[in-house]
Amino acid sequence: MDFSVILGDALRGAISSDAAAYALMAIGLNIHFGYTGLLNFGQVGFMLVGAYGVAITVTTFGGSLWLGVVVGVACAVVLALALGIPTLRLRADYLAITTIAAGEILRYVYRSGYTEPLTGGVFGLQGFADEFYAINPLPPGRYGIGRVVFSERGLWILLVGWGLVVLATLVVYLLMQSPWGRVIRSIRENEDVARSLGKNVFGYKMQSLVLGGVLGALGGMVFVISTQSAHPDGYNPVVTFNLYALLVLGGAGTVFGPVLGSVIFWFLSVFLDSFLRQAIELGFVPATILAPAEVGAVRFALVGLGLMLLMAYRPAGILGDRRELALDVR
Amino acid sequence: MSVESEDARRDTVGEAEVAQERAVAAAAAAATRTSSLMDVTTTGPGSAKPDPILVADEVRRSFGGLRAVDVGHLEVQRGAITSLIGPNGAGKTTFFNLLTGFDHANSGRWTFAGSPLAGMPAYRVARRGLVRTFQLTKSLMRLTVMENLKLAAAGQLGERFFVSLVPPLWRAQEAKIEERAEELLERFRLDRMRDDFAGTLSGGQRKLLEMARALMVRPAMVMLDEPMAGVNPALTESLLGHIVDLRDRGMTVLFVEHDMDVVMGISDWVVCMAQGRIIAEGPPAEICQDPAVIDAYLGAHHDEPGGESR
Ligand SMILES: Nc1ncnc2c1ncn2[C@@H]1O[C@H](COP(=O)(O)OP(=O)(O)OP(=O)(O)O)[C@@H](O)[C@H]1O
Ligand SMILES: [Mg+2]
Repeated sequence: MDFSVILGDALRGAISSDAAAYALMAIGLNIHFGYTGLLNFGQVGFMLVGAYGVAITVTTFGGSLWLGVVVGVACAVVLALALGIPTLRLRADYLAITTIAAGEILRYVYRSGYTEPLTGGVFGLQGFADEFYAINPLPPGRYGIGRVVFSERGLWILLVGWGLVVLATLVVYLLMQSPWGRVIRSIRENEDVARSLGKNVFGYKMQSLVLGGVLGALGGMVFVISTQSAHPDGYNPVVTFNLYALLVLGGAGTVFGPVLGSVIFWFLSVFLDSFLRQAIELGFVPATILAPAEVGAVRFALVGLGLMLLMAYRPAGILGDRRELALDVR
Repeated sequence: MSVESEDARRDTVGEAEVAQERAVAAAAAAATRTSSLMDVTTTGPGSAKPDPILVADEVRRSFGGLRAVDVGHLEVQRGAITSLIGPNGAGKTTFFNLLTGFDHANSGRWTFAGSPLAGMPAYRVARRGLVRTFQLTKSLMRLTVMENLKLAAAGQLGERFFVSLVPPLWRAQEAKIEERAEELLERFRLDRMRDDFAGTLSGGQRKLLEMARALMVRPAMVMLDEPMAGVNPALTESLLGHIVDLRDRGMTVLFVEHDMDVVMGISDWVVCMAQGRIIAEGPPAEICQDPAVIDAYLGAHHDEPGGESR
């Protein structure tokens, strides 16, 4: 068994543009759930409108990629308003139900036959990010060390993706140590108190939902631009649950939690994938027990197991404040 | 993405000037108060006050068949301490909830400082200067004690989305707020817990924090729902002194309290509720002789409180 291959794959996974995309979406979810206490179970919906905003603008309408980015962000704002206006005045669970439903509705609408002329239906849309790679300042070549190597295209999307992550993290840091962040956190703790002190709770929740949703859409864009392909079946609720898992793992309500969580999540899942495949190839695991086609599923089961163990030993997440766990409810 | 700037006036005029405005109003109020409540001719339910800050009319709220609140007419004198007493389940907390926008009345009108409040969302009521506390303490557990207080300050520039991203725009104001918060913490004996999570405080300390937080808003009127429940006697005494102090500087206080020594000690006026209605109101000495109050609340064997000496 060649551990240098497995480790190389895992490291590539940990810093991949997919990891950056997940980090962006998780930062958005962290604003919702970790700081404001909003139960958004449809972050994948924001990812979808961001991704398709780009894909449809370019492929279907022949517009510019940058216009697509604007469209994607605008769609996320509209989605946030549509979800928030009817539910944010109600109890927390209504937002949860509405968002999970909205995510699924969007996926079915985008893959349906009716919308196929726009969205490509079940076939999705491909090849819409040429403009992005056209402005790549990196000369052709191979970048990296050892097994962790990227083409100039790969490195370009990597740099942009992680650049966005750094920017989003900085914004969250600034926001959360400001009075704005204090109001947001007070809403998480008890929104009646915030109200009694004159804070427009609905307005703040709306701002939080929009901001986190826009980050979700940006994540979706990074995700599809790296592969130049948007396919509706990638946008199922599992994505949102993975985002929750990695957020809680890294530490919800911490600035770096979602970033660390995403890196670990991708490291683990690629590591296990590579490990299991080698184990099967080398005959350590008989094909009757685990066929190569089943690796994907087993890998996620193992990632889940790993998360359970981590939560058992670090219930506040890796970066979480353990003092918070000692607080009792009175 | 701007937070409602309904309170823009407070921001633009500047805290100092608003404070000054208030101080002037306060001096005037204090002057009227001392003589005012003596001038009240009628002391029955619904009696008129010389300078009411809060006037409620026909406020009703039912839960199913239960008339929880059914208040015909109530005026609360500006710059005075009014206590609201009454048996458990009389509707005091529900009445608080209605007045401050935390619950919706079935019918009724009420005005605060001249403007109608009925149907107004709770946060706007607070911005108008009417701030309440909760009987069952609501803590912001994972905020520190200091953060709890700083949160409460009104008109913070840094609470606006884009402004918050540029710390130099709000740092100076934040420093002033922190200074004021330190003073309040000291007075409420919470200064040693300054940087602890509010969730680590004891029950009584949480009550104190909640009251300090309400005062941090600089309200024109506070409505305190059993603020002294669970607070030790020595501190109760000192906080009552503080409340009297605030009144003397012009704040109006309406509070619910079951401890008759406290009620008799600091109230200028007492209102008694039972089964949703106001059954009596008047000066403290008169109220504890009132047969309706004795019947509904105090009980026949109620000891004369020795409150006047406080
Ligand atoms: N949300 C509600 N649903 C149904 N009934 C309610 C509700 N809130 C209050 N009530 C009822 O209204 C009546 C008044 O309750 P309220 O809490 O206002 O009493 P209170 O005067 O504050 O009593 P206490 O001195 O015990 O705090 C009670 O009979 C209570 O059962
Ligand atoms: Mg009550």
